[in-house]
Amino acid sequence: MFRVVKAEQLAEKIFQIWVEAPHVARNARAGQFLVLRIHEQGERIPLTVSAVEEDCVRIIFMAVGKTTLELSTLKAGDSIRDVAGPLGKPSEIGKSGTCIVVGGGAGIASCPIIARAARAAGNRVIGIIGARNADFLILENEMRESCHELHIATDDGSRGFHGFAADVLKKVIAGKKIACVWIIGPAIMMKVTSKVTRERKIRTYVSLNPIMVDGTGMCGSCRVVVGGETKFACVDGPEFDAHEVDFDLLMQRQRVYFDEEKAAVERYHEHSCQCGTGGHHG
Amino acid sequence: MGERPAAERLHDFQEVDGGLSPEEAVAEAGRCLQCKKPTCVRGCPVEIDIPAFIARIAEGDISGAARIIMENNLLPAICGRVCPQEIQCEGQCILGVKETPLRIGDLERFVADHERIQGPVIPLIAEPTGKRVVVVGSGPAGLTAAAELARLGHAVTVFESLHEPGGVLVYGIPAFRLPKEVVRAEIDQLRAMGVEIRTNHLAGTSVPVSDLLSYDAVFIGTGAGLPFFMKIPGEQLNGVYSANEFLTRVNLMHAELFPEYDTPMRHAGRVVVVGGGNVAMDAARVARRLGSRVTLVYRRREEDLPARRAEVIRAKEEGVEFVLCANPIRILGDPFVTGVECVRTEICDPDDTGRPEPAPVEGSNFVIDADMCIQAIGQGPNPLLIRKLEGIRYGRKGNIMVDEEGSTNLDRVFAAGDVATGAATVILAMGGAKKAARAIDRMLRGSNR
Repeated sequence: MFRVVKAEQLAEKIFQIWVEAPHVARNARAGQFLVLRIHEQGERIPLTVSAVEEDCVRIIFMAVGKTTLELSTLKAGDSIRDVAGPLGKPSEIGKSGTCIVVGGGAGIASCPIIARAARAAGNRVIGIIGARNADFLILENEMRESCHELHIATDDGSRGFHGFAADVLKKVIAGKKIACVWIIGPAIMMKVTSKVTRERKIRTYVSLNPIMVDGTGMCGSCRVVVGGETKFACVDGPEFDAHEVDFDLLMQRQRVYFDEEKAAVERYHEHSCQCGTGGHHG
Repeated sequence: MGERPAAERLHDFQEVDGGLSPEEAVAEAGRCLQCKKPTCVRGCPVEIDIPAFIARIAEGDISGAARIIMENNLLPAICGRVCPQEIQCEGQCILGVKETPLRIGDLERFVADHERIQGPVIPLIAEPTGKRVVVVGSGPAGLTAAAELARLGHAVTVFESLHEPGGVLVYGIPAFRLPKEVVRAEIDQLRAMGVEIRTNHLAGTSVPVSDLLSYDAVFIGTGAGLPFFMKIPGEQLNGVYSANEFLTRVNLMHAELFPEYDTPMRHAGRVVVVGGGNVAMDAARVARRLGSRVTLVYRRREEDLPARRAEVIRAKEEGVEFVLCANPIRILGDPFVTGVECVRTEICDPDDTGRPEPAPVEGSNFVIDADMCIQAIGQGPNPLLIRKLEGIRYGRKGNIMVDEEGSTNLDRVFAAGDVATGAATVILAMGGAKKAARAIDRMLRGSNR
C-alpha cells in the first residue's frame, strides 16, 4: 500500500497526487514513469513521474477514464494498492546549448522535471506550454521557475498567445541555434508540433503514451513503430525521435478499447454513490 | 474425481482436473512395483524419491509422503499439475511397458493438496548463517531458489516487478490448469519461512544494481518474459496480441470479469492463435472460455506439436479447431483485425535442431476470418536487468551464460530458469534453481572459514 500525501485539483479535469513510494522516488530520473493500480480490481496504468521530493513522487493526470476518475477522488491519507517503477529510459540530457521543452494539456506535467534536469546540465532552457484555454493550463509558475524563458499559448487566447504551442515554437526557433526539443502532450499535438522542427532537422524527442499493462517489456501492448521498426514504448522509450515516430499508428492503437472504456466510464457515473456524500464506492 | 466434462468447464476458469480421491490415490499407489533401481527417479529433474513417497501413500501416511517429496521439491502442488510427467518420471515407469504408467504426477498433487488443506508445513530451517541473498524474480526459479536458500539458513529477499508474486505461474498459466490459490499457498509458505517478498520492485531500476550487488549473493530468475512477434504485415492492427498480453490481461488482471475488474478485453467472435506449445494451448483455451470460436494455426504436423499431449487433447475437447501445416503470412484488417492470411506448409528435411523444417507451398494461400490474432510463438529473456549488469556474459538469444551450477561469470551472481536456458518448463527451472541455490550455499559457507 502506498500512502497519498497530498491530492488536489490543478485545473479543469486535471489533478495532482503526491504519493509516498520511496523505491520510485529515490531512483527516478526525468522522463521516466510509474505504473499504478488503485485497488485489487484496478487496472495498471502508466503515469509520468512528474516531480520527486524525498520519498514522494508526484503524478498529474486528466480525469477522463474510469481509473483516472476514481484516482481523482483520492484524498490525503488514502492509499494506492500498487506503485511500480521507475520505468522506461530517462530523458537523454547532456550539455548541448539551448533546449526547448514544449508541453500540451496534461502533458505539461512531464515538462518541469525535464526542464530542471536540462538546466542543471548547463543548458539554456526555453519552455512553451499550451492548453485549450486558461482553465486547462497547469504548472505555469513551476515552469517559469524551471526555465530561463517561458511562453504560453491557448487555443482561444484566454491566456498568452492566441493559438497553438506549435505556432509559438515556430517563432521561438526562427533564426536561433537550437540543440534539442522535447514535445509532450496528446498524440495529435505531438504529431503536429514535431513537424515544426523537422525541416530544420532539430533533434526532437516525444514521450509516447500507448496502452500498457505491465510496463516492463513483458506484454508488447505498447508497441510503436519508430523508423520502421517495432519498439516497446515501456522499455525502449517512452521517449523517441519525434521525426521517426508513426503517430497515426500510435493513435490507432490508443483506441483499441474505446468502446470498453466508454462503457466503464458510464457505469462508473451510474454507480456513483447515492448515499448522499458524493463519494464513489468501488 | 478426474476431469470435468468439456461442456461444463468451458463456462468457468475452475480447474479442469479434479485430482484423485483418497481411495483412488491409495489404490493407484498400490500399483507401484517398488523397483530396486527406480527409473522414474532418473526421469525427475529434482530427483524426488518417488517409490518412497508412493509407498507412504499406499500405507495411508500422506504426511509422511509429503515430507519425502519436500526433501527435494518445495513446490509439489505446482509440479504435480504442470510438469510434463509423460516425458519425465511417468515416461520412465516400467508399468508403462505393458499397461499405463503409474500416475506419479497425480499422486504428487494429491499429497500436496492434502497437506495444503492441513495448513502450511514449515520445513526444518537451518541455523541462521547471517548471510543475505537477493533473488530477482518470483517465478518458478526464484521461488525455488528462495525456498532452498531460506531452508539453508540464509536471509532471503525476493524482488518482483509485478504486483503479485508467482511470475509465469500467475500471469501465464491459467487458473483452470493451476488454481491461483495453489500458488498463493506456496508463496505464503515461503513467507512463513521468513522470505521477504517485495512486489512492485523492478530490479535494476527500483533497486539499483549496486544495491543488488551489496548482498552476499545474487540469484537471477527473471525468466523469459519478452514476447516474440512473427514480423509479418498487419501485426500492429488492433486486435493483435502476444500470448503474454492476452494471458496477463485475463490471468493476472481478470479481464474476463470486466467491468467488475477494470482491465478490459475486447470481445472477439473468432480468434486465431498462432503456435503449437503449451502457451498456445493456454491462450486458445482461455479464448474459448471468453466465448470465442478459436482456430489454432501451427506450421508443423500434429505429432510435432511441442505442447503436452494432454493439453492438446483438452484443447480439442473444448472445441479449439486445429489448422496444421499452415503458417500466417499476413494479418488483415483496418484498423481492427478481420482475418489472418495463411499459407500451407509442407514438411521437409529436419533442420539443425532435428525438427522437420516446414516450407511454404506456393499459391496455397487462404484466409481465416478472425477479429483477434494471438501470437504464441515463443519468448526470450527480458534484457532490462541483464544489460545493466556490467560485464555479464549472455548468449546470442540474450540468455545469461551459466555453468552447470548456475554460476555466471560475475562474482557471486547466479542465474537459473528460462533466463539461462531460454523458454523451457517449470520443473527444469526449478531443477536449475535448486542446483544454483546449493552452489550459493556452498560459496557462502566457504567464505565463512
